Amino acid sequence: MSDAAVADTRRLNSKPQDLTDAYGPPSNFLEIDIFNPQTVGVGRARFTTYEVRMRTNLPIFKLKESCVRRRYSDFEWLKNELERDSKIVVPPLPGKALKRQLPFRGDEGIFEESFIEERRQGLEQFINKIAGHPLAQNERCLHMFLQEETIDRNYVPGKWLSSPGLTICLPSFSLAFGHTVGTLLRSSFLRRGGKLWAEVLGF
Amino acid sequence: MSFFGFGQSAEVEILLSDAESRKRAEHKTEDGKKEKYFLFYDGETVSGKVSLALKNPNKRLEHQGIKIEFIGQIELYYDRGNHHEFVSLVKDLARPGEFTQSQTFDFEFTHVEKPYESYTGQNVKLRYFLRATISRRLNDVVKEMDIVVHTLSTYPELNSSIKMEVGIEDCLHIEFEYNKSKYHLKDVIVGKIYFLLVRIKIKHMEIDIIKRETTGTGPNVYHENDTIAKYEIMDGAPVRGESIPIRLFLAGYELTPTMRDINKKFSVRYYLNLVLIDEEERRYFKQQEVVLWRKGDIVRKSMSHQAAIASQRFEGTSSHPEARTPGQLSDNNSRQ
Repeated sequence: MSDAAVADTRRLNSKPQDLTDAYGPPSNFLEIDIFNPQTVGVGRARFTTYEVRMRTNLPIFKLKESCVRRRYSDFEWLKNELERDSKIVVPPLPGKALKRQLPFRGDEGIFEESFIEERRQGLEQFINKIAGHPLAQNERCLHMFLQEETIDRNYVPGKWLSSPGLTICLPSFSLAFGHTVGTLLRSSFLRRGGKLWAEVLGF
Repeated sequence: MSFFGFGQSAEVEILLSDAESRKRAEHKTEDGKKEKYFLFYDGETVSGKVSLALKNPNKRLEHQGIKIEFIGQIELYYDRGNHHEFVSLVKDLARPGEFTQSQTFDFEFTHVEKPYESYTGQNVKLRYFLRATISRRLNDVVKEMDIVVHTLSTYPELNSSIKMEVGIEDCLHIEFEYNKSKYHLKDVIVGKIYFLLVRIKIKHMEIDIIKRETTGTGPNVYHENDTIAKYEIMDGAPVRGESIPIRLFLAGYELTPTMRDINKKFSVRYYLNLVLIDEEERRYFKQQEVVLWRKGDIVRKSMSHQAAIASQRFEGTSSHPEARTPGQLSDNNSRQ
């Protein structure tokens, strides 16, 4: 095969993009806000809850909008469930602040405004990081945490099945011998949680 | 190598007969420095002379024989004691005796087979060298001269593109395409990435060239991966239907040809790693092997002048008798 002295560096041909795809809303919309902390109860039985509001267009989530109230121990529960059941490396939570829970402090301890704000930020980072992880989205605990009114600690842990009709089945293309213009090799679609591991997702 | 002031010592030099005309090529040494060595190809004759200069012209030099060797050997760094010689030629230059004056000896290793390319890697080294030895009772006088060997190939008959649809179900589907599966060292990788489904928040995408050096056999196989290049091809979040072009010039990187199972001791293979990074620094990647080969840019002296010019303009004619088609990568390979 003869070849010009200068290599051909022209772009490969590609399909023009559909305008509705180009200008439509992206398919990866996922926003979770943690706000409106409220301390409930009296005396030693006090605790702080936070509003967890989620907006998304990802089909894997049943509700496109949800708003629930969660406390710090609920986040701890979620972290433990994910560490046990999924293969992901779960990001850290903001601290437990045990020292702040000791008596005889000069300030409000864990109900101090600045501390609550610090914790709120940490929880927001934590939940956004997790909710976008394809493997975490597979876990029932995440969906229950984000979209159900209360967390049923006696639930049956397991994988979350996407809505029917969304599973994609791709045929395997066999190799065409003698094909001169590019040969389509076998597709490989990784079922979620199949061969993925930790934070490094190969596909 | 002689005791201070005792006996006679000599200086040995090896000189190639075509040192003036022969090209030199840069090659990395084990400590990372780049040096130039004479460049040889498979089948070429290695000839020259060994010159012996007496340090003290009044004393004579007793010796047990003088010889010159041409050696091709593989050295595994974790097993330095054992050199695996795959080419070993020797010529005796002088029988045991003595010298009273400086002398030179001609030698010629005709049409020497040099089946593999010189390689200096992380855990293994393949080198070719001439070694002149004056054998003596206590210590020999030895002089080595390294040369560099390049293995050439011609344009492969079959060089299909690589085109594949990959992804994570319901999350990320892409189709990637590279224009060839076998690239020469000064080639350009032309390709594209087409997004079919994007449900993650991609921050950017890059393509890495990874070199994997494999040493050892059986249960003691060791892979050393080295990222030779990282080349960003996209910054920002793509949506469905977008195509991102790839144009990666290989000449700018330190690459060697793909080496498979060299003398059953080591391999050097190259992979393109397509990496997508999302906003939480998660990395989604797909690795694909590519075969690299060295294109010859010399014109054989036996060709006529006209043919020589034509060959330079259309560098693809299979006029290299020693050139081989690159690798044994089957184009019917349907495994990823």
